[in-house]
Amino acid sequence: MSKRKPYVRSMDGWWKKNPYFVEYMIHESTALFVAAYAFILLVGVVRLGQGEAAWNTWLEALKSPLSIVCHLVLLAGAIYHTYSWFKILPITMPPVIVGGKKLAPEVLTGSALVVAVAAGLALLGLVWRIAL
Amino acid sequence: MSEQKIIEIEVLRYKPESDEAPHSEVYKVPFTDDMSVLQGAQYIKDNFDGSLTFRWSCRMAICGSCGMMINGIPKLSCETFLRDYYPNRISIEALAHFPIEKDLVVDLSGFIEKLESIQPYIIPKEPRTIEQGEYIQSPEEFNRYIQFTSCINCTLCYAACPQFGLNPDFIGPGAMALLHRYNMDSRDGAAEQRMELVASEEGVYNCSAVGYCSEVCPKHVDPASAVNINKANAAKDYFLRFLSPKGGSK
Repeated sequence: MSKRKPYVRSMDGWWKKNPYFVEYMIHESTALFVAAYAFILLVGVVRLGQGEAAWNTWLEALKSPLSIVCHLVLLAGAIYHTYSWFKILPITMPPVIVGGKKLAPEVLTGSALVVAVAAGLALLGLVWRIAL
Repeated sequence: MSEQKIIEIEVLRYKPESDEAPHSEVYKVPFTDDMSVLQGAQYIKDNFDGSLTFRWSCRMAICGSCGMMINGIPKLSCETFLRDYYPNRISIEALAHFPIEKDLVVDLSGFIEKLESIQPYIIPKEPRTIEQGEYIQSPEEFNRYIQFTSCINCTLCYAACPQFGLNPDFIGPGAMALLHRYNMDSRDGAAEQRMELVASEEGVYNCSAVGYCSEVCPKHVDPASAVNINKANAAKDYFLRFLSPKGGSK
Protein backbone atom coordinates (compact mmCIF):
# COMPACT_ATOMS: atom_id res chain seq x y z
CA MET A 1 0.00 0.00 0.00
CA SER A 2 1.24 3.51 -0.77
CA LYS A 3 2.53 5.51 2.15
CA ARG A 4 2.01 8.74 0.23
CA LYS A 5 0.08 11.46 1.99
CA PRO A 6 0.93 14.81 0.35
CA TYR A 7 0.35 17.68 2.78
CA VAL A 8 -1.27 20.82 1.40
CA ARG A 9 -0.35 23.98 3.30
CA SER A 10 -3.02 26.60 3.98
CA MET A 11 -3.05 29.87 2.02
CA ASP A 12 -4.61 31.80 4.92
CA GLY A 13 -2.99 35.20 5.31
CA TRP A 14 -0.70 34.57 2.33
CA TRP A 15 -0.19 38.24 1.57
CA LYS A 16 1.19 38.99 5.02
CA LYS A 17 4.00 36.46 4.65
CA ASN A 18 6.16 38.42 2.23
CA PRO A 19 6.83 42.19 1.99
CA TYR A 20 6.50 41.89 -1.80
CA PHE A 21 2.90 40.66 -1.41
CA VAL A 22 2.11 43.37 1.15
CA GLU A 23 3.23 45.99 -1.37
CA TYR A 24 1.14 44.26 -4.04
CA MET A 25 -1.96 44.44 -1.83
CA ILE A 26 -1.28 48.15 -1.13
CA HIS A 27 -0.93 49.02 -4.80
CA GLU A 28 -4.03 46.99 -5.68
CA SER A 29 -6.06 48.61 -2.91
CA THR A 30 -5.12 52.14 -4.03
CA ALA A 31 -7.45 51.41 -6.97
CA LEU A 32 -10.24 52.04 -4.45
CA PHE A 33 -8.91 55.59 -3.97
CA VAL A 34 -9.20 56.18 -7.71
CA ALA A 35 -12.72 54.70 -7.67
CA ALA A 36 -13.68 56.92 -4.72
CA TYR A 37 -12.60 60.03 -6.63
CA ALA A 38 -14.54 58.92 -9.69
CA PHE A 39 -17.55 58.56 -7.40
CA ILE A 40 -17.11 62.14 -6.10
CA LEU A 41 -17.10 63.42 -9.70
CA LEU A 42 -20.14 61.30 -10.51
CA VAL A 43 -22.03 62.88 -7.60
CA GLY A 44 -21.09 66.25 -9.14
CA VAL A 45 -22.67 65.27 -12.45
CA VAL A 46 -25.85 64.15 -10.68
CA ARG A 47 -25.97 67.41 -8.69
CA LEU A 48 -25.49 69.40 -11.90
CA GLY A 49 -28.51 67.61 -13.37
CA GLN A 50 -30.57 68.65 -10.33
CA GLY A 51 -30.15 72.35 -11.07
CA GLU A 52 -28.09 75.37 -10.09
CA ALA A 53 -28.81 75.31 -6.36
CA ALA A 54 -27.83 71.65 -6.02
CA TRP A 55 -24.67 72.27 -8.06
CA ASN A 56 -23.66 75.20 -5.84
CA THR A 57 -24.13 73.18 -2.64
CA TRP A 58 -21.89 70.50 -4.12
CA LEU A 59 -19.23 73.12 -4.94
CA GLU A 60 -19.51 74.51 -1.39
CA ALA A 61 -19.17 71.00 0.06
CA LEU A 62 -15.95 70.53 -1.92
CA LYS A 63 -14.46 73.59 -0.21
CA SER A 64 -14.94 72.24 3.33
CA PRO A 65 -11.75 71.35 5.24
CA LEU A 66 -12.88 67.71 5.44
CA SER A 67 -13.23 67.58 1.67
CA ILE A 68 -9.80 69.12 1.15
CA VAL A 69 -8.14 66.59 3.48
CA CYS A 70 -10.09 63.85 1.72
CA HIS A 71 -8.87 65.11 -1.69
CA LEU A 72 -5.26 65.16 -0.52
CA VAL A 73 -5.53 61.57 0.73
CA LEU A 74 -7.14 60.47 -2.56
CA LEU A 75 -4.48 62.33 -4.54
CA ALA A 76 -1.72 60.53 -2.62
CA GLY A 77 -3.46 57.19 -3.29
CA ALA A 78 -3.87 57.96 -6.98
CA ILE A 79 -0.23 59.03 -7.33
CA TYR A 80 0.97 55.83 -5.66
CA HIS A 81 -1.38 53.81 -7.88
CA THR A 82 0.05 55.44 -11.00
CA TYR A 83 3.62 54.95 -9.85
CA SER A 84 3.16 51.30 -8.86
CA TRP A 85 1.40 50.39 -12.12
CA PHE A 86 4.06 52.00 -14.24
CA LYS A 87 6.66 50.16 -12.17
CA ILE A 88 5.25 46.84 -13.39
CA LEU A 89 4.59 48.18 -16.90
CA PRO A 90 7.74 46.48 -18.31
CA ILE A 91 6.31 43.04 -17.47
CA THR A 92 2.76 43.76 -18.55
CA MET A 93 3.44 45.10 -22.04
CA PRO A 94 5.06 43.41 -25.05
CA PRO A 95 8.79 44.15 -25.39
CA VAL A 96 9.65 47.36 -27.23
CA ILE A 97 12.49 46.71 -29.66
CA VAL A 98 14.59 49.73 -30.64
CA GLY A 99 17.56 49.19 -32.96
CA GLY A 100 17.36 45.42 -32.48
CA LYS A 101 17.53 45.71 -28.67
CA LYS A 102 14.87 45.47 -26.00
CA LEU A 103 14.26 48.75 -24.17
CA ALA A 104 15.38 48.54 -20.53
CA PRO A 105 12.58 48.33 -17.91
CA GLU A 106 13.77 51.59 -16.30
CA VAL A 107 13.37 53.42 -19.62
CA LEU A 108 9.77 52.18 -20.02
CA THR A 109 8.79 53.03 -16.44
CA GLY A 110 10.59 56.37 -16.63
CA SER A 111 8.97 57.47 -19.89
CA ALA A 112 5.51 56.42 -18.70
CA LEU A 113 5.98 58.47 -15.53
CA VAL A 114 7.18 61.49 -17.51
CA VAL A 115 4.12 61.26 -19.78
CA ALA A 116 1.83 60.93 -16.73
CA VAL A 117 3.36 63.99 -15.04
CA ALA A 118 3.22 66.01 -18.29
CA ALA A 119 -0.42 65.04 -18.93
CA GLY A 120 -1.29 65.86 -15.31
CA LEU A 121 0.34 69.30 -15.53
CA ALA A 122 -1.28 70.05 -18.92
CA LEU A 123 -4.70 69.18 -17.52
CA LEU A 124 -4.07 71.30 -14.43
CA GLY A 125 -3.00 74.23 -16.66
CA LEU A 126 -6.11 73.90 -18.79
CA VAL A 127 -8.45 73.81 -15.78
CA TRP A 128 -6.56 76.75 -14.25
CA ARG A 129 -7.13 78.83 -17.41
CA ILE A 130 -10.83 78.00 -17.53
CA ALA A 131 -11.20 78.79 -13.81
CA LEU A 132 -9.54 82.18 -14.23
CA MET B 1 42.68 28.83 12.11
CA SER B 2 39.63 30.89 12.84
CA GLU B 3 37.02 29.61 15.23
CA GLN B 4 34.46 27.18 13.78
CA LYS B 5 31.22 29.02 13.09
CA ILE B 6 27.91 27.35 13.84
CA ILE B 7 24.59 28.36 12.29
CA GLU B 8 21.14 27.22 13.37
CA ILE B 9 19.08 25.74 10.55
CA GLU B 10 15.38 25.32 11.19
CA VAL B 11 13.90 22.72 8.87
CA LEU B 12 10.21 22.11 8.26
CA ARG B 13 9.97 18.33 8.57
CA TYR B 14 7.13 16.12 7.43
CA LYS B 15 7.01 12.34 7.51
CA PRO B 16 3.88 11.14 5.71
CA GLU B 17 4.03 7.72 7.45
CA SER B 18 3.71 9.14 10.95
CA ASP B 19 2.97 12.89 10.89
CA GLU B 20 -0.42 14.55 10.61
CA ALA B 21 1.17 17.92 9.83
CA PRO B 22 4.68 19.32 9.31
CA HIS B 23 6.73 20.50 12.30
CA SER B 24 9.99 22.40 12.71
CA GLU B 25 13.30 20.97 13.88
CA VAL B 26 16.40 23.03 14.57
CA TYR B 27 19.93 21.77 13.85
CA LYS B 28 23.22 23.41 14.81
CA VAL B 29 25.41 23.15 11.73
CA PRO B 30 29.12 23.98 11.69
CA PHE B 31 29.94 25.73 8.42
CA THR B 32 32.61 27.41 6.36
CA ASP B 33 32.14 30.50 4.21
CA ASP B 34 31.98 28.51 0.99
CA MET B 35 29.05 26.35 2.15
CA SER B 36 25.67 26.64 0.46
CA VAL B 37 22.32 26.05 2.13
CA LEU B 38 22.18 22.77 0.19
CA GLN B 39 25.46 21.72 1.78
CA GLY B 40 23.96 22.67 5.14
CA ALA B 41 21.08 20.27 4.46
CA GLN B 42 23.56 17.59 3.37
CA TYR B 43 25.49 18.09 6.61
CA ILE B 44 22.28 17.52 8.59
CA LYS B 45 21.53 14.36 6.59
CA ASP B 46 25.05 12.99 7.03
CA ASN B 47 25.51 13.85 10.70
CA PHE B 48 22.17 14.31 12.48
CA ASP B 49 19.30 12.61 10.69
CA GLY B 50 19.72 10.40 7.63
CA SER B 51 15.98 10.49 6.97
CA LEU B 52 16.00 14.18 5.98
CA THR B 53 14.74 14.20 2.40
CA PHE B 54 15.46 16.78 -0.29
CA ARG B 55 16.19 16.91 -4.01
CA TRP B 56 19.47 18.01 -5.52
CA SER B 57 21.75 17.16 -8.37
CA CYS B 58 24.12 19.56 -10.11
CA ARG B 59 25.06 21.98 -7.27
CA MET B 60 25.57 24.80 -9.77
CA ALA B 61 22.14 26.27 -10.56
CA ILE B 62 21.68 24.34 -13.78
CA CYS B 63 19.46 21.36 -12.93
CA GLY B 64 16.71 23.21 -11.04
CA SER B 65 16.20 20.43 -8.45
CA CYS B 66 17.14 22.05 -5.15
CA GLY B 67 14.60 24.89 -4.88
CA MET B 68 13.23 25.55 -1.40
CA MET B 69 11.81 28.37 0.70
CA ILE B 70 14.78 29.97 2.45
CA ASN B 71 13.54 32.38 5.11
CA GLY B 72 10.25 32.40 3.21
CA ILE B 73 11.75 33.24 -0.18
CA PRO B 74 11.92 30.71 -3.02
CA LYS B 75 15.59 30.16 -3.92
CA LEU B 76 17.90 27.50 -5.32
CA SER B 77 19.65 26.20 -2.20
CA CYS B 78 22.86 25.45 -4.12
CA GLU B 79 23.48 29.10 -4.92
CA THR B 80 22.39 30.52 -1.57
CA PHE B 81 25.14 30.74 1.02
CA LEU B 82 24.94 30.15 4.77
CA ARG B 83 27.41 33.00 5.42
CA ASP B 84 24.83 35.52 4.17
CA TYR B 85 22.45 34.55 6.99
CA TYR B 86 24.91 34.04 9.83
CA PRO B 87 24.64 34.77 12.79
CA ASN B 88 20.87 34.63 12.41
CA ARG B 89 18.91 31.41 12.30
CA ILE B 90 17.98 30.29 8.81
CA SER B 91 14.70 28.54 8.10
CA ILE B 92 14.17 26.17 5.21
CA GLU B 93 10.89 24.74 4.00
CA ALA B 94 9.57 22.87 0.97
CA LEU B 95 8.62 25.13 -1.97
CA ALA B 96 5.38 26.96 -1.18
CA HIS B 97 2.07 26.27 -2.96
CA PHE B 98 2.95 22.64 -3.77
CA PRO B 99 1.82 19.69 -1.64
CA ILE B 100 4.67 18.41 0.58
CA GLU B 101 5.57 14.83 -0.26
CA LYS B 102 8.20 14.46 2.48
CA ASP B 103 10.35 17.08 4.28
CA LEU B 104 11.68 19.39 1.54
CA VAL B 105 10.35 17.36 -1.37
CA VAL B 106 7.17 18.56 -3.06
CA ASP B 107 4.73 16.79 -5.34
CA LEU B 108 5.47 18.12 -8.82
CA SER B 109 3.09 15.86 -10.75
CA GLY B 110 0.67 18.73 -11.41
CA PHE B 111 3.47 20.82 -12.89
CA ILE B 112 4.71 17.94 -15.07
CA GLU B 113 1.19 17.49 -16.47
CA LYS B 114 0.99 21.19 -17.29
CA LEU B 115 4.38 21.04 -18.94
CA GLU B 116 3.15 18.18 -21.12
CA SER B 117 -0.05 20.00 -21.96
CA ILE B 118 1.71 23.00 -23.52
CA GLN B 119 3.52 20.76 -26.05
CA PRO B 120 7.02 22.07 -25.25
CA TYR B 121 8.60 21.06 -28.54
CA ILE B 122 8.64 22.41 -32.08
CA ILE B 123 5.73 21.30 -34.20
CA PRO B 124 6.99 22.37 -37.63
CA LYS B 125 4.93 24.68 -39.78
CA GLU B 126 6.05 22.76 -42.86
CA PRO B 127 7.83 19.47 -42.14
CA ARG B 128 11.05 19.28 -44.15
CA THR B 129 12.82 16.20 -45.45
CA ILE B 130 16.55 15.71 -44.87
CA GLU B 131 17.15 16.52 -48.54
CA GLN B 132 15.42 19.88 -48.08
CA GLY B 133 17.96 20.75 -45.40
CA GLU B 134 17.75 22.46 -42.02
CA TYR B 135 15.16 24.92 -40.77
CA ILE B 136 16.56 28.38 -41.31
CA GLN B 137 16.11 31.09 -38.68
CA SER B 138 17.52 34.61 -38.63
CA PRO B 139 19.28 36.00 -35.52
CA GLU B 140 16.38 38.41 -35.17
CA GLU B 141 13.85 35.56 -35.10
CA PHE B 142 16.07 33.73 -32.61
CA ASN B 143 16.29 36.75 -30.31
CA ARG B 144 12.51 36.84 -30.06
CA TYR B 145 12.38 33.73 -27.87
CA ILE B 146 15.93 33.05 -26.61
CA GLN B 147 15.25 34.51 -23.15
CA PHE B 148 12.42 32.03 -22.56
CA THR B 149 14.62 29.02 -23.39
CA SER B 150 16.64 29.53 -20.21
CA CYS B 151 13.96 27.99 -17.98
CA ILE B 152 15.30 25.07 -15.90
CA ASN B 153 11.88 24.00 -14.53
CA CYS B 154 12.94 24.75 -10.96
CA THR B 155 9.37 25.92 -10.17
CA LEU B 156 10.54 28.78 -7.94
CA CYS B 157 8.10 30.96 -9.92
CA TYR B 158 5.22 28.72 -8.83
CA ALA B 159 6.29 29.05 -5.20
CA ALA B 160 6.28 32.84 -5.78
CA CYS B 161 2.82 32.95 -7.38
CA PRO B 162 -0.05 33.42 -4.93
CA GLN B 163 -2.57 32.91 -7.73
CA PHE B 164 -1.18 29.41 -8.27
CA GLY B 165 -1.34 28.85 -4.51
CA LEU B 166 -5.00 29.86 -4.50
CA ASN B 167 -5.86 27.93 -7.67
CA PRO B 168 -3.52 24.97 -8.34
CA ASP B 169 -5.19 24.46 -11.74
CA PHE B 170 -3.61 27.68 -13.08
CA ILE B 171 -1.05 26.66 -15.71
CA GLY B 172 1.30 29.09 -14.03
CA PRO B 173 4.33 31.21 -14.92
CA GLY B 174 6.95 28.57 -15.80
CA ALA B 175 4.89 26.48 -18.20
CA MET B 176 3.46 29.66 -19.72
CA ALA B 177 6.98 31.01 -20.38
CA LEU B 178 7.84 27.80 -22.21
CA LEU B 179 4.59 27.90 -24.14
CA HIS B 180 5.49 31.41 -25.21
CA ARG B 181 8.99 30.25 -26.17
CA TYR B 182 7.55 27.76 -28.70
CA ASN B 183 4.82 30.08 -29.94
CA MET B 184 7.45 32.73 -30.68
CA ASP B 185 9.69 30.31 -32.60
CA SER B 186 9.53 31.02 -36.33
CA ARG B 187 9.94 27.29 -37.09
CA ASP B 188 6.87 26.33 -35.06
CA GLY B 189 3.34 26.11 -36.40
CA ALA B 190 1.27 25.05 -33.39
CA ALA B 191 0.57 28.43 -31.82
CA GLU B 192 -3.11 28.07 -32.57
CA GLN B 193 -3.37 24.86 -30.51
CA ARG B 194 -1.45 26.38 -27.62
CA MET B 195 -3.57 29.54 -27.67
CA GLU B 196 -6.57 27.40 -26.68
CA LEU B 197 -4.77 26.71 -23.39
CA VAL B 198 -3.67 30.32 -22.97
CA ALA B 199 -7.26 31.54 -23.15
CA SER B 200 -8.77 28.65 -21.17
CA GLU B 201 -10.12 28.68 -17.62
CA GLU B 202 -6.66 27.53 -16.42
CA GLY B 203 -4.90 30.07 -18.62
CA VAL B 204 -3.30 33.50 -18.36
CA TYR B 205 -6.28 35.34 -16.93
CA ASN B 206 -5.60 33.74 -13.54
CA CYS B 207 -2.62 36.08 -13.35
CA SER B 208 -3.16 39.37 -11.52
CA ALA B 209 0.30 40.73 -12.33
CA VAL B 210 1.87 40.31 -8.91
CA GLY B 211 5.20 39.99 -10.76
CA TYR B 212 7.07 38.12 -8.01
CA CYS B 213 7.66 35.13 -10.33
CA SER B 214 10.05 37.19 -12.46
CA GLU B 215 11.68 38.55 -9.34
CA VAL B 216 12.68 35.11 -8.00
CA CYS B 217 13.57 33.46 -11.35
CA PRO B 218 17.23 32.38 -11.07
CA LYS B 219 17.61 32.39 -14.87
CA HIS B 220 16.04 35.81 -15.65
CA VAL B 221 13.41 34.21 -17.86
CA ASP B 222 10.83 36.84 -16.85
CA PRO B 223 7.81 34.51 -16.86
CA ALA B 224 5.52 37.37 -15.81
CA SER B 225 6.24 39.03 -19.12
CA ALA B 226 5.38 35.83 -21.05
CA VAL B 227 2.08 35.51 -19.17
CA ASN B 228 1.13 39.15 -19.68
CA ILE B 229 2.07 39.27 -23.36
CA ASN B 230 -0.24 36.29 -23.79
CA LYS B 231 -3.12 38.07 -22.08
CA ALA B 232 -2.93 40.58 -24.93
CA ASN B 233 -2.47 37.79 -27.48
CA ALA B 234 -5.51 35.90 -26.19
CA ALA B 235 -7.64 39.07 -26.29
CA LYS B 236 -6.42 39.86 -29.82
CA ASP B 237 -7.19 36.28 -30.82
CA TYR B 238 -10.71 36.55 -29.41
CA PHE B 239 -11.55 39.73 -31.29
CA LEU B 240 -9.86 38.71 -34.53
CA ARG B 241 -11.97 35.56 -34.46
CA PHE B 242 -14.89 37.74 -35.57
CA LEU B 243 -12.92 38.89 -38.61
CA SER B 244 -11.16 35.71 -39.61
CA PRO B 245 -12.30 32.14 -38.88
CA LYS B 246 -8.71 31.16 -38.01
CA GLY B 247 -8.18 33.78 -35.33
CA GLY B 248 -5.04 35.82 -34.97
CA SER B 249 -2.81 33.65 -32.83
CA LYS B 250 0.40 34.47 -34.67
